[in-house]
Amino acid sequence: MYHAIVFLPLLGFLVAGIFGRVIGARPSEIVTTSFLMIAAVLSWVALFDVGFGDGATTVVVGNWMISGDLAVDWAFRIDTLTAVMLVVVNTVSALVHLYSIGYMHEDPSRSRFFAYLSLFTFAMLMLVTSDNLVQMFFGWEGVGLASYLLIGFWYQKESANAAAMKAFIVNRVGDFGFALGIFLVFYIFGSTSFDVIFPQVEAFVAGTAQPDFVFLGLDAQGTLTLACLLLFMGAMGKSAQFLLHTWLPDAMEGPTPVSALIHAATMVTAGVFLVARMSPLFEFAPTALVFVTFVGALTAFFAATVGLVQNDIKRVIAYSTCSQLGYMFVALGVGAYGAGIFHLFTHAFFKALLFLGAGSVIHAMHHEQDIRNMGGLRKAIPFTMLMMVIGTIALTGFPFTAGYYSKDAIIEAAYASNAGMADFAFVATVVAALMTSFYSWRLFFLTFAGAPRWGGHGAHPTHEGVEHDEHDRDLEPSQAAAHEQGDHGQGDHGHGDHKPHESPIVMLVPLLLLAIGALVVGFLFKNAFIGYGHAEFWKDSLYTRPDNTILDDLHHVPVWVVWSPFVMMLAGFGLAYWMYIRDTAVPARLAQSQPLIYRFLLNKWYFDELYEVIFVRPAKWIGRLFWRQGDGRIIDGFGPDGVSARVLDATSWVVRLQTGYIYHYAFAMLLGVAAMVTWYLLTGAS
Amino acid sequence: MFGFGILFGLLVIPLIGAAFILMLRGDDEAARSNARWAALATTAVTFLLSLVAWARFDTSSADFQLVESHAWLGETTLFSLGVDGFSLPFVLLTTFLMPFCIVASWTSIQTRVKEYMVAFLVLETLMIGVFVALDLVLFYVFFEAGLIPMFLIIGVWGGKRRIYASFKFFLYTLLGSVLMLIAVIAMYWDAGTTDIPSLLRHDFAPSLQTWLWLAFFASFAVKMPMWPVHTWLPDAHVEAPTAGSVILAAILLKMGGYGFIRFSIPMFPDASLYFAPLVFALSVIAIVYTSLVALVQEDMKKLIAYSSVAHMGFVTMGLFSLTPQGIEGAMFQMISHGLISGALFLCVGVIYDRMHTREIKAYGGLVNRMPLYGVAFLLFTMANVGLPGTSGFVGEFLTLLGAFQVSFWVAFVATTGVVLSAAYALWLYWRVMNGPLVKPELQAIKDLDSREIALLAPLGVLVIYFGVQPQAVLTAFAAPTQALLAYAYPAVTATAALAGFQ
Repeated sequence: MYHAIVFLPLLGFLVAGIFGRVIGARPSEIVTTSFLMIAAVLSWVALFDVGFGDGATTVVVGNWMISGDLAVDWAFRIDTLTAVMLVVVNTVSALVHLYSIGYMHEDPSRSRFFAYLSLFTFAMLMLVTSDNLVQMFFGWEGVGLASYLLIGFWYQKESANAAAMKAFIVNRVGDFGFALGIFLVFYIFGSTSFDVIFPQVEAFVAGTAQPDFVFLGLDAQGTLTLACLLLFMGAMGKSAQFLLHTWLPDAMEGPTPVSALIHAATMVTAGVFLVARMSPLFEFAPTALVFVTFVGALTAFFAATVGLVQNDIKRVIAYSTCSQLGYMFVALGVGAYGAGIFHLFTHAFFKALLFLGAGSVIHAMHHEQDIRNMGGLRKAIPFTMLMMVIGTIALTGFPFTAGYYSKDAIIEAAYASNAGMADFAFVATVVAALMTSFYSWRLFFLTFAGAPRWGGHGAHPTHEGVEHDEHDRDLEPSQAAAHEQGDHGQGDHGHGDHKPHESPIVMLVPLLLLAIGALVVGFLFKNAFIGYGHAEFWKDSLYTRPDNTILDDLHHVPVWVVWSPFVMMLAGFGLAYWMYIRDTAVPARLAQSQPLIYRFLLNKWYFDELYEVIFVRPAKWIGRLFWRQGDGRIIDGFGPDGVSARVLDATSWVVRLQTGYIYHYAFAMLLGVAAMVTWYLLTGAS
Repeated sequence: MFGFGILFGLLVIPLIGAAFILMLRGDDEAARSNARWAALATTAVTFLLSLVAWARFDTSSADFQLVESHAWLGETTLFSLGVDGFSLPFVLLTTFLMPFCIVASWTSIQTRVKEYMVAFLVLETLMIGVFVALDLVLFYVFFEAGLIPMFLIIGVWGGKRRIYASFKFFLYTLLGSVLMLIAVIAMYWDAGTTDIPSLLRHDFAPSLQTWLWLAFFASFAVKMPMWPVHTWLPDAHVEAPTAGSVILAAILLKMGGYGFIRFSIPMFPDASLYFAPLVFALSVIAIVYTSLVALVQEDMKKLIAYSSVAHMGFVTMGLFSLTPQGIEGAMFQMISHGLISGALFLCVGVIYDRMHTREIKAYGGLVNRMPLYGVAFLLFTMANVGLPGTSGFVGEFLTLLGAFQVSFWVAFVATTGVVLSAAYALWLYWRVMNGPLVKPELQAIKDLDSREIALLAPLGVLVIYFGVQPQAVLTAFAAPTQALLAYAYPAVTATAALAGFQ
């Protein structure tokens, strides 16, 4: 069964990738989608088998590399954590495949698109099923490749190419840390296999396994912390955490189903999965956990602030994803691994729903993505609107929806924890909950409520008009490229010519299924993931030290803590309602009265500009310096070019030496003989 | 048969093919075609024979196998041949890539075809000779003689600045060759033999080791090439014809690494330990420095050439980590890089044949018209970047893992190479392949033809196969690596790490 779950997507990729041109687009779509459907159904079977039964197992497929003490297998480690991830990955992937049949139906290279989607799914499955760090790294970089290919899917758009390359390289920065982390783990434990590493951790930290262990001047505890921090660096890259987040918003250049699958539900959660998987290490490295909490809380806050003012429908959701990933890391950081994975699980449903809903909006608006040019869509696309409502309430944590259980659990865990940074995390996540509610409803109101601002109905968008020109300049290249390319055959989409239309049924069914998920999975699974059944559910797939009782403590926090996210949600909703329904002049006034803050947020805290100045340009400058000065002037100058010049000099000098006087030659000979005699005397004596 | 074994056959068959081509008459199209087919047949037969050698080879043994000896220069210097797990994969790599070189030159070489094919066949004999020689003098002869056909290939069939490139290469190698010759003579004086298996068991005095190590290093470092003696490589690559670049990158560079593992490391263990920090320093400088230089190149071949220098940095770093992973990873990296860089130069050759320029600026948006080429180029780019699942990853990963056990900081700096390599390789891909196809002269460009598919497909399959199943090659290195470390570095093996470098 597990072979089928993992290898069916690979098979789909090969069929669509190699034979896609021969068999045509429609068969490629059917093959890849149906394979994913099968894998998704099997994954749910696996979840019940493993999570609620005792089906945990390890399946060895073959060996990969053996060198000295290093032995790496291709193997599947099937435990509850893996089973949860299988469900998330395959369910969302199957629905996104289905949705894409409708969304991409006018794209000429659909087989390539479906091949990439399946390739991504395969790599992601290799990542989550891995039983060792190296195979995980294989999946890790494999999803990076698939992400690169899918972001750059419309390769004629230069902005898409730039975003694809940026995503790959920023992820590689994280992978740099991940790789070093793997090396260090191997250095400490002599293996990369989880089954070998995990039982050794406690003895290693206690100092009983290797008493005189010193690494870079660190003792055993310090070394383990370093290893965890290095691994976490990889997680920061993949999960777009603060400092390594810059690639995620740009990744929205890819087709929207890609954003839903990769940049919301699955790939970006790989970092969360990594930390949860390595919980036996992190549990013994409390300092590393504090850092995880800090980065998570900071990201949750930072990304929410940026999300407040963005105008591209997908970018708002992207920053929301970034922020929610921060929540998950907060949960992991305070030791509530179950809560982190629970939020990962529920988030996959409602965030994929929001992205696919946004895709439906974009589809309806003929590839308009700027919410300032929308409005009033409630009548044109009522079903999509309903789905977006469900996604929004689930995200903001409306009672009894998915987000209500998982997000509130994280906030409560942050309050209940005594670990470092937990208080900061509590405040940051509560404030972020307010902002989450605000930007979600802002997005919703601007899109669906009010009067239409598209077509002949409304004037050009004017509110939040600060630096209006600059916005348009930002947007124009990508839109112009999309126009020229006509990738959906809608090259002439003047806003007045087409009425927004509801999407085809093949796109609405996945929305409906995800909406059901967003409503019920929190309620259905809360007991297993974080409730009193958590120990039986997770078994030993998530390790917690005996003194870590956070999953139980979070049920006993004061009432005001329990109510605070709910209040924040209402406040955010009210604020958004006031600013975008009641008094629509407020946003522009606010932006004009606080131009500095507004610009700071709008330009995403200026990270792109900063990195351009401190990394990109210096790298090119240094490269040119090494090339022209180092290689050209110094090495070649003193090396071959210099030598040849000196040879020419020497030749002319030798020519001058040939004076023709016998006594000159005789004198030179005498000197030479004297030197040789001296040499023999000195060396012979010793 | 007649006392000559398979390895002798591998040396002789290309020469027979070369002699046959020389006897062909005329210079019309028929004669040129005959020369091509004869060369292809010769290299194919050589490859098949090398497969026989592989079949008869026992990878579990660290000994030299398929050994044969013939009278040559007096009593102590014999024409002795043999292979072990270190050398046989290189023999196979050479014989495997030669038919590709012949096919790659099928249409692009139209002048002096006979001479060109003869030069390649002679070069094949000499390259195989380097890897199968079991006598130091014989090795030296092959090692140096191989330069002559390469000079000719660059000098006669090369680009505009070919004279400068050959001259530069000559100056670099001259110094190394002279020093190595002196070292060979010194070793003969000290050990009384030039037989490599005997020399491997001979203990050189530590002070002598230092000088011998430096002399060999001068030669091998140029060949690798290591920073700072690398500047001949970009020029040589740029000027060489496509097949010449393939051989240069895939085989000739590997002679330096092979020299280290055959001579410097096993024969001069004290000196190798002493100089390991120097090698590490030069390796990590090579990785970072040349990656940054590659970033700003404007010529595709130069970019790949600089990237080769960076990848060879991983090799030297892995070898001198003196750990099993480091050494096996370095050997694997050399084989893998042979396939990948060879394929990348073939890829450049594909569009050079069409547009006659290697300027990155002259291209853009090729994937619109050349989707198959786009797939191939992307695959080899990703392999070059060391993506897991391709052979490029295994070598990089193992060498870094090996280096990490010796020194955190060496591995730390070297690992930045994975970021930089992604930057230069993907940027190249973007500028050449992606974006809209706007340049009018590219509008009519054609996708891969069947000959080019036949060239690139096997390499692509191998790159992925070795990425998923590297054991096929790694097993060959395991036994000799273990034997080498146990014999020459018992102290290092015992402590498993040179803790002093931490």
